[in-house]
Amino acid sequence: MATKVFMEALSPTMEEGRLVKWLKNEGDAVKTGEPIAEVETDKAIMELVARGDGILRKRLVNEGDSRPVGDLVGVIAGADENIDALVAGAASASAKASEPTAKPQPGAQTPTPVAAPPAAPSAPPPVRAPAAAAPPAPVAGGNGGQVRSSPLARRLASDRGLDLTQVQGTGPGGRIIKRDIESVAAVPAAAARIVPARPTIAGDFEDVALTQIRKTIAKRLSESIGPIPTFYLTAEFDLERVTEMRAAMLELGDEYKVSINDILMKAVATALAEHPEVNAHWLGDRIRMHRRVHLGMAVATADGLIVPVIFDADQKRMSEISREARELAKRARERKLKPEEYTGSTFSISNLGMFGIDQFTAIINPPEVAILAIGAAHDVVVPQDDGFVSRKRVRVTMSCDHRAVDGAVGAAFLQTLRRLVENPLMLVY
Amino acid sequence: MPVITYRDALNQALSEEMHRDDRVFLMGEEVAVYQGAYKVSKGLLQEFGEMRVVDTPITELGFAGVGVGAAMVGLRPIIEFMTWNFAVLALDQVLNSAAKLLYMSGGQFNIPIVFRGPNGAALQLSAQHSQAFESWLAYVPGIKVVTPGTPYDAKGLLKSAIRDDNPVCFLEGEMLYNTKGEVPEEEYLIPLGKADLKREGEHCSIITNGKMALLAMQAADQLAKDGINVDVVDLRTVRPMDVDAIKTSVEKTNRAVVLEEGWEICGIGTQVVDYIQRECFDHLDAPVIRIHQADVPMPYAKNLERAAKPDIPKTIAAVRKVMYLD
Repeated sequence: MATKVFMEALSPTMEEGRLVKWLKNEGDAVKTGEPIAEVETDKAIMELVARGDGILRKRLVNEGDSRPVGDLVGVIAGADENIDALVAGAASASAKASEPTAKPQPGAQTPTPVAAPPAAPSAPPPVRAPAAAAPPAPVAGGNGGQVRSSPLARRLASDRGLDLTQVQGTGPGGRIIKRDIESVAAVPAAAARIVPARPTIAGDFEDVALTQIRKTIAKRLSESIGPIPTFYLTAEFDLERVTEMRAAMLELGDEYKVSINDILMKAVATALAEHPEVNAHWLGDRIRMHRRVHLGMAVATADGLIVPVIFDADQKRMSEISREARELAKRARERKLKPEEYTGSTFSISNLGMFGIDQFTAIINPPEVAILAIGAAHDVVVPQDDGFVSRKRVRVTMSCDHRAVDGAVGAAFLQTLRRLVENPLMLVY
Repeated sequence: MPVITYRDALNQALSEEMHRDDRVFLMGEEVAVYQGAYKVSKGLLQEFGEMRVVDTPITELGFAGVGVGAAMVGLRPIIEFMTWNFAVLALDQVLNSAAKLLYMSGGQFNIPIVFRGPNGAALQLSAQHSQAFESWLAYVPGIKVVTPGTPYDAKGLLKSAIRDDNPVCFLEGEMLYNTKGEVPEEEYLIPLGKADLKREGEHCSIITNGKMALLAMQAADQLAKDGINVDVVDLRTVRPMDVDAIKTSVEKTNRAVVLEEGWEICGIGTQVVDYIQRECFDHLDAPVIRIHQADVPMPYAKNLERAAKPDIPKTIAAVRKVMYLD
């Protein structure tokens, strides 16, 4: 039985991929799960794996060429199996696909649009919240067995690789309609994608219906200042104790070395666990307050900004955060991140301290409702008793989406954060 | 650009085409001496004489048949029915003669004839005189059915209908004769079978024809006040129907309301909805809703007549429903 090799959606937003390199030659034996090619998506270089056992009989794409998601790029089959029809079908299907008015082709020639693949077999088991002893089956959107959806919604979901059972319908009788797909598509959360890397567990978040005052605030402020009415809160934290702690840890040996940024990340994650109202997503008609803290960290790469995610950051020790942050940043720069590693964050931070920036404002990564911009640690002369002392300080600026977060709410989060940063022993409590 | 009535636009079209081609003549009840029951033929008797502007007895079947015979031998008759309600009597000539002769003569006889007159309901003319016939006529292969909704369309489409070598049923609106609109002084033609996007919007398509185009535009104005912008697709010709225009609009807006003057069962809207489900299935975000006359003979009582007809509130409610706003 022949297995078709399709260009798969290897990132949530991928529409086509460039086949960088074939890892197998025609005639090579391949096994299910074995990488057969490297594909450059819009975000990273990913491995395309075999979905069946056999011989890689035909490579239909040259290295360096791009193909839309869903196109046949190769055929795996038995050594003597006749694959002429499959290969011919690929040629006609791709000719059709190149016509501007081409419609989705039903039937065998073209697959149902391919969703992102399951995690490679060698990948470690998905990370889950420690408390999640419940079965990890994805929770459907409350539609029971049959998913009701408009034809347009089905097409959009298929185009975007969304699983309709993961979408909550707001039409009559729970019908999933265009706006539901659009509100999910705005949430690149694990819950919205087929990739079951981090299945949504019931209770991971709480959806809060918008109160009338919330709706009015959202509407009025959006009219005033763009679609995300942002305001900024700046605070200066004393880093003296953080510096002391870091120095003390370093004295214990290199294995205890953490950066100030690692400590700040740990502090942010801990504070977020106490403030779900800023650890949230704005979904248009409701606010999703997350109970798990998935901390996005902006990383500059040669290709541009990417935001890998430290999942369940509040549950991790400082050393784990430090190691993971270093590892993610390294792989981000090498463009080796997997899609599930840079989607699903519930809050993000951006640090330009290493560039000597004292203070700046970061742009919210929707649908998140806030982001924290961290400046450089610097020495400040401050009055003490009758004289002055020099203190290590850092300025942070929180950008808040006013539709979801009011000034006092953002300020309360910064207050908690200050308490943790200025008393870092609380972080190891 | 001059602003003239729908009535005068039709009058100009008749006069221009009679000047252009002396095979064209007008025949019907009260078209000559009385100048037309609705004054559409005003001045034509004086201009073209009684050989080309011919009063008939009250014999719809008879003069429709004379028209078909004249068309068979090379003339280009325009047959005026005082209303399409009266033309029911003449439908044998329209459906069985005019529509069939090209086919049954093996292509020997073109029938270049226009049957025209007011269609649909006016005000309190009761059950027998308030019927919209476009779906009856459009049902039959071999005839074209045109339903202009504005003075501009009325003139351009009537001129094209007169020049067409096939039978054309031209359905005017009694309530439209006094409506005004811009009509250019220079000559123009509007091809049969082409819809007109009378208004552009991204939220919903209102697909309509004839008199209902006016109603759709008024509903669109009110919807715009709530920030809802609709496409108004005026089919203008219901046979042949401009499927591409329907498709383009629905694929853009993902939802449609079909508005027609006549009854629900086997109405024009059924055909529009059929095209939409076939051509635009994967683009639909909501079931298509139809607005039409209530499924009863038109009541005489003013309040009941109003309730039976399509209107602006019904249209607005339908648009909001397909947008999932209510």
